[in-house]
Amino acid sequence: MSESKKRPGKSVKEVDQVTIRFAGDSGDGMQLTGSQFTETTGIVGNDLATLPDYPAEIRAPAGSLAGVSSFQIQFGHEDIQTPGDQPDVLVVMNPAALKVNLPELRRHGIIIANKSTFNTRNLDLAEWDVNPLEGDALLEYTVVSIDMTLMVEKALEGLRLTSKEVARSTNMFALGLLYWMYDRPIENTIEFIEAKFKSRPEIVEANKRALQAGYNFGGTNRLIQTSYRVSKADLPPGTYRNIMGNHAVALGLVAASQKSKLPLFYASYPITPASDILHMISHYHNFGIITFQAEDEIAAVTSAIGASFAGSLAVTGTSGPGMALMTEAIGLAVAAELPLVLVNVQRAGPSTGLPTKTEQADLFQAMYGRNAETPVVVLAAATPSDCFSMVYEACRIAVRHMVPVILLSDTYLGSGSEPWRLARLEDLPPIENHMITDTNGSFHPFEIVDPKTMARGWAVPGTPGLEHRIGGLEKDAVTGEVNYEAENHEQMVRRRQKKVDVVAEYIPPVATFGDESGNLLVLGWGSTYGAIRATVETVREKGHPVSHLHLRHLNPFPKNLGDVLVKFRRILVPEINLGQLARIIRSEYLIDTISYNKVQGKPFTTGEIEEKVMELLKETEDA
Amino acid sequence: MPDETNASMPQVLTRRDFTTGRTVRWCPGCGDYSILSQIQKTFPELGRKKEDFVFVSGIGCSSRFPYYMDTYGFHTIHGRATSIATGLKMANPDLSVWIATGDGDCLSIGGNHFIHLLRRNLDINLLLFNNRIYGLTKGQYSPTSEFGKVTKSTPQGSIDWPFNPPALALGAAATFIARSIDVESKHLQEMIKAAYKHHGTSFLEIYQKCIIFNNDAFLTLTEKGTKADRQLLLEDGKPMLFGKDLTQGIYMDCACPEVIDLTDGKYSIDDVLVHDKTDRMKALILSEMTYRPEFPVPLGIIYEVEKNTYEDLTYQQIDQAVEKVGPGDMDAILRAGHTWEIK
Repeated sequence: MSESKKRPGKSVKEVDQVTIRFAGDSGDGMQLTGSQFTETTGIVGNDLATLPDYPAEIRAPAGSLAGVSSFQIQFGHEDIQTPGDQPDVLVVMNPAALKVNLPELRRHGIIIANKSTFNTRNLDLAEWDVNPLEGDALLEYTVVSIDMTLMVEKALEGLRLTSKEVARSTNMFALGLLYWMYDRPIENTIEFIEAKFKSRPEIVEANKRALQAGYNFGGTNRLIQTSYRVSKADLPPGTYRNIMGNHAVALGLVAASQKSKLPLFYASYPITPASDILHMISHYHNFGIITFQAEDEIAAVTSAIGASFAGSLAVTGTSGPGMALMTEAIGLAVAAELPLVLVNVQRAGPSTGLPTKTEQADLFQAMYGRNAETPVVVLAAATPSDCFSMVYEACRIAVRHMVPVILLSDTYLGSGSEPWRLARLEDLPPIENHMITDTNGSFHPFEIVDPKTMARGWAVPGTPGLEHRIGGLEKDAVTGEVNYEAENHEQMVRRRQKKVDVVAEYIPPVATFGDESGNLLVLGWGSTYGAIRATVETVREKGHPVSHLHLRHLNPFPKNLGDVLVKFRRILVPEINLGQLARIIRSEYLIDTISYNKVQGKPFTTGEIEEKVMELLKETEDA
Repeated sequence: MPDETNASMPQVLTRRDFTTGRTVRWCPGCGDYSILSQIQKTFPELGRKKEDFVFVSGIGCSSRFPYYMDTYGFHTIHGRATSIATGLKMANPDLSVWIATGDGDCLSIGGNHFIHLLRRNLDINLLLFNNRIYGLTKGQYSPTSEFGKVTKSTPQGSIDWPFNPPALALGAAATFIARSIDVESKHLQEMIKAAYKHHGTSFLEIYQKCIIFNNDAFLTLTEKGTKADRQLLLEDGKPMLFGKDLTQGIYMDCACPEVIDLTDGKYSIDDVLVHDKTDRMKALILSEMTYRPEFPVPLGIIYEVEKNTYEDLTYQQIDQAVEKVGPGDMDAILRAGHTWEIK
């Protein structure tokens, strides 16, 4: 246990931050190992960011390169913005995991390998000609090669378990060892194991023993001479938890329902990487929330539209391909002027693409992907915990203006995590709506009841005296009666645009991080926040003037955006697409931008952005 | 009437309460007029408050229906009335939700949501206006058009086999399947009431003529001289008899139905199959008579069974969740898992 702090003959080294990657077969439990390490790391008070990476196949052939799953975490005592560019420590449970992840390991980094799995079959599957643990392929790294499976077998002796079950506990050995190395307690994980396998006491015992064995191994073996200490991060006071973006969306929706007193209706069709939102909300039925697993994305969005007509806070969540199917229905919500929130957890495409990998390429789809003049409010979350704030903001805008709102998240935000200072319901801004129930005789379904928000009245079925019809046909601007007249149509087209435009009146002005003007601004949106901010901080610390502006409101833009942008000579726009925001900025403001694009299903590293920033700064200095 | 009296007394509604001032824009002679009229006549008898009725429709001639009903209404997009109604009903189960849809809207573009609505069994009444043709797009064959039908898009004849709507509904686990005809106003009114009464999804197929593009679709079924021999009017617990003097019946020879003549001395009334609306096998046999000229066309309630509705189960789960863990507590779910304090 963690009281065994005496570490005879071992040294302790203080470090600012560390990046660890756990990698193994899809069946090796790497996601669980990583999330346990993450939780414990949060509890000990470090700041952190995580990056899970797993294949689309649930179980690719064991030992194959295609089946490698990994989980990366960066933690430290300073502000941690990204899961780290290159791991300092790579834990590999088999030869395939080493093969896939080695190129990204930092030079002189540490490899902790489960030697037991490096047999001929696995080496062949991973396309190693010679066993890398024995040859000189890993000379520039520190290799700690441990017969983990054997040690676990010994630790589990006497338990009535199959050899498969024994092998499955090996990840806990690795976790225990890493806990020792980074001076973290194992109690939290023990509690977790006891809760998770409650019905199977022998599995609880196996996992506990394996975890303890790994921890003890750290203290007693001769292979590892150093343990590391990462002191607590300097975070603002408060109560914290670790949160993934998809969970933050779920919690944000419940909060919006509670605050607005509108019942939440969440309809969704399972799709990677958005399904976790549905899973999580389905545990909150005790809030009076309805979750509906529809037969497809069309039914998901249309059932939400039906619920919105009935007066619910109606929401659907999906990913790009699902959004494509929802397109026509979004047009109906725009025409019917009904509130609706759509969460798109973007993934790499087109088509099925890379279902488990991240991308930011659905911005155009969100902005323009509908027939006719069909403007929609578009927001984007910047970090995993920001998903809470932004989905709450999406709900607020939807019911305040009677419009559909699209929130863009992505795989990286949805399954990545960071510590989050808990929100409190009483601190959240109010959510006003325009529900009407009075029957004073002057009800016109499409009359604007509030010129500021451009909202029409929300008269829900069941309200006496307000019977009316709505639909997708063009309608009279006041009565809502079907109207095919030329002037009325133009008036309605302009009204729907204006309904989106007036949202800008409610968006706080944006401000740059760094300087208000200068030679170089890095402009971003969505999940690139962490990588850009970390880079800009580093470059500024080195004495170079560079600023950062990050957009969370993409349609409409914050009112002062143009004024802020013109104060910089050059604007760099890094995006995980081929330059979608860059093109919108150019067309909106006639401001030239420099696109920096990467579309590999992976987030930017800070190193990549730093290189680009330095290159531009040098050009500017030379010019 | 002062408001307070109005609130405490049941509303006495008439047909006029359900008519809008709008000019109805169906073609003169369209079967939809009759259906609208039977709905407006029947609704006041259902004992519901006017504000509780909602008509949801998709796209097509029949989907203009909500505009002519002075109730809440939502004219939506093609094929999705069923899924929009699903969300509406789940969000507010106290509403009386009606879907007006056509054979193209319901069975072609909306086929998927249709079968899922039936299997979930929400308490929604679905009126399928089946004229076996596309009217609003001006005369293409539909998923219920007969094989070989020559239409604008099939000058050589359609090579699509038609859907058999009641059989499809049975396959999708429907709990109420009935059929009527636009011109049989009394029968149609009865079926509308039966659909309303059924707690679950009521699937009412209404044969309806399209005066422009498919006027003769149900001619023998509605013409004076032929209809008695073509209509099999089903009554629960009664033998399946038809013909002018009810001298013909349905007989089961092993598993095969056949038409028998009660006047030739070979069969008696005791040989005639007795309708049991809860019998799934009989419902299947009746459904199978749909496109077969050797059999009369079954009209009435083909099948009806009771089953939990989806919305009842939804709210039961909500109640169970509250019972198990108590009413929702935002602070508790925010703190779920591990939290830590930073001072």
